[in-house]
Amino acid sequence: MAQPTASETHAPEATKSVAELQQIAAQVRRDIVRMVHAVNSGHPGGSLGCTELLVSLYFKVMKHTPEPFDMDGIGQDLFFLSNGHISPVFYSVLARSGYFPVSELATFRKLNSRLQGHPATHEHLPGIRVASGSLGQGLSVATGAAQAKKLNGDDRTVFVLMGDGELEEGQIWEAALYAPHHKVDNLIAFVDRNGQQIDGPTEKIGGLGDLRAKFEAFGWRVLETDGNQFETLLATIEEAQSLLGQGVPVMVLMDTQMGFGVDFMMGSHKWHGVAPNDEQLATALLQLEVEKASDY
Amino acid sequence: MKDFPYTESKDTRSGFGAGLHELGKTNPNVVALCADLIGSLKMDAFVKDFPERFFQVGIAEANMMGLAAGLTIGGKIPFTGTFANFSTGRVYDQIRQSIAYSGKNVKICASHAGLTLGEDGATHQILEDIGLMKMLPHMTVINPCDYNQTKAATLAIADYEGPVYLRFGRPVVPNFTPADQQFEIGKGVLLNEGADVSIFATGHLVWKAILAGKLLAEKGINAEIINIHTIKPLDARMILESARKTRCVVTAEEHQMNGGLGDSIAQLLAREEPLPLEMVAVNDSFGESGTPDQLMEKYGLNETAIVAAVEKVMARKAK
Repeated sequence: MAQPTASETHAPEATKSVAELQQIAAQVRRDIVRMVHAVNSGHPGGSLGCTELLVSLYFKVMKHTPEPFDMDGIGQDLFFLSNGHISPVFYSVLARSGYFPVSELATFRKLNSRLQGHPATHEHLPGIRVASGSLGQGLSVATGAAQAKKLNGDDRTVFVLMGDGELEEGQIWEAALYAPHHKVDNLIAFVDRNGQQIDGPTEKIGGLGDLRAKFEAFGWRVLETDGNQFETLLATIEEAQSLLGQGVPVMVLMDTQMGFGVDFMMGSHKWHGVAPNDEQLATALLQLEVEKASDY
Repeated sequence: MKDFPYTESKDTRSGFGAGLHELGKTNPNVVALCADLIGSLKMDAFVKDFPERFFQVGIAEANMMGLAAGLTIGGKIPFTGTFANFSTGRVYDQIRQSIAYSGKNVKICASHAGLTLGEDGATHQILEDIGLMKMLPHMTVINPCDYNQTKAATLAIADYEGPVYLRFGRPVVPNFTPADQQFEIGKGVLLNEGADVSIFATGHLVWKAILAGKLLAEKGINAEIINIHTIKPLDARMILESARKTRCVVTAEEHQMNGGLGDSIAQLLAREEPLPLEMVAVNDSFGESGTPDQLMEKYGLNETAIVAAVEKVMARKAK
């Protein structure tokens, strides 16, 4: 596999200020609500809640090459989305960081689109390395990809995001047991700890309890952060990166608010998988103003 | 009836182990994963000589399938190893989403398929795995007949880009395939030319079909015997050519009738050339504990059953 040349590589834009990231995040949020509104389906709540994380990774933290997209990603940092239902935020961030035309966001969930309801390698949409949607599989895949990097002598990092409700899937705990045992220390996993799942609060449905203690008992280094504040989140990611290469994988428990950025969607599981109507969209877009809006 | 001399009987799983070990030497991208069954899958030699490319996953098959999908990202060719039951039914959704739908180059290698696993009983004797795997879009499904063919198949699937299900078994069976025979995915192997009936067999039933061919020859029936080692993609051309010549068909496999080789061939004939067909397969039943030979007899998967099916189908042939 050809190594990307320096000019092609989307180098970590370390110089991007928090103010700039906030503008990108606002634009991504505009995309999210417009995408789900257009097809009256999709998952805005978790998408809005994870916007800071995906914007941080793709516009600041990760070294990656959007064009030409290379499935193997040798020499690049990789991101896997295990909770595939928050595809709107993933698609927006991929498009806006150069993986495919922003205009293609208009095809989300429509017939013959590369932007399936849940991410798929369908028609080879650049930026997607594995399908997700059926929950619980992403941590295993990311761990395998991290082990492939080790075999290849590739020192870049693998990132993966899971939902908190998703942790009720048994396969997550198989992978959680495996990664520390095999010293997969080039892996940073995030849990979107918004406390909500379809049928209600996670603590009412699945009783996840003390996730720090659980993952520590499984052998992970665990960090906790506010997932909706760039300063805190970026500092935590930096700390997580500093812990790599020590024989232990890193788990970041990220407190977020479902629906963050749109006041009437915030903090409620009601907006897990419901699209806004015309009036609600207008209200949301008013709250998501950006200096130079570039809506698709 | 042609003769099929052999000097030894060996298990097909050992053919897999030998093939995997050879791949370790010849293909640096091949990696192997196992769910706590190294000895049963005959992966010991690979584990010993290529420890850095072997991943012991423990009893966590779902995780193994996800890890394998992830390992392909970076150019590895993962071979997963566990029993057929735990390679398919237990992890169907993981294979479906992370491997098949995602188009990942994973080789799902499955031992102890079917009744011949023997005494462990029905919990472990999967008879639905071919059906489960062949229903997945773009999945290749292979069920070789003996040690040499399983070894050759193991080598061949490493050179093929895409997800593959490779099914083999536990008992020793005559090793009659020439050691130098190339394995061509999707190509049937003509074992005996005949004019009266076409017998299409796969896996352990191929040898039973040869035994049946001898019994039939004694009765003056000249059977065409073809080894269909690849259930998907099916060698439609070879199957139709033979069926059009003999005008009646028997299929034989260590699997349920529903979803197996017979089911695939019945679909093909119904569309292209409706002809009488009989299936030697398990008829909507779970297995049970017993020796492999006892089980194959009780569930009608031996040469006697094939001969009976041939006589039945020939009686149905248009005069």
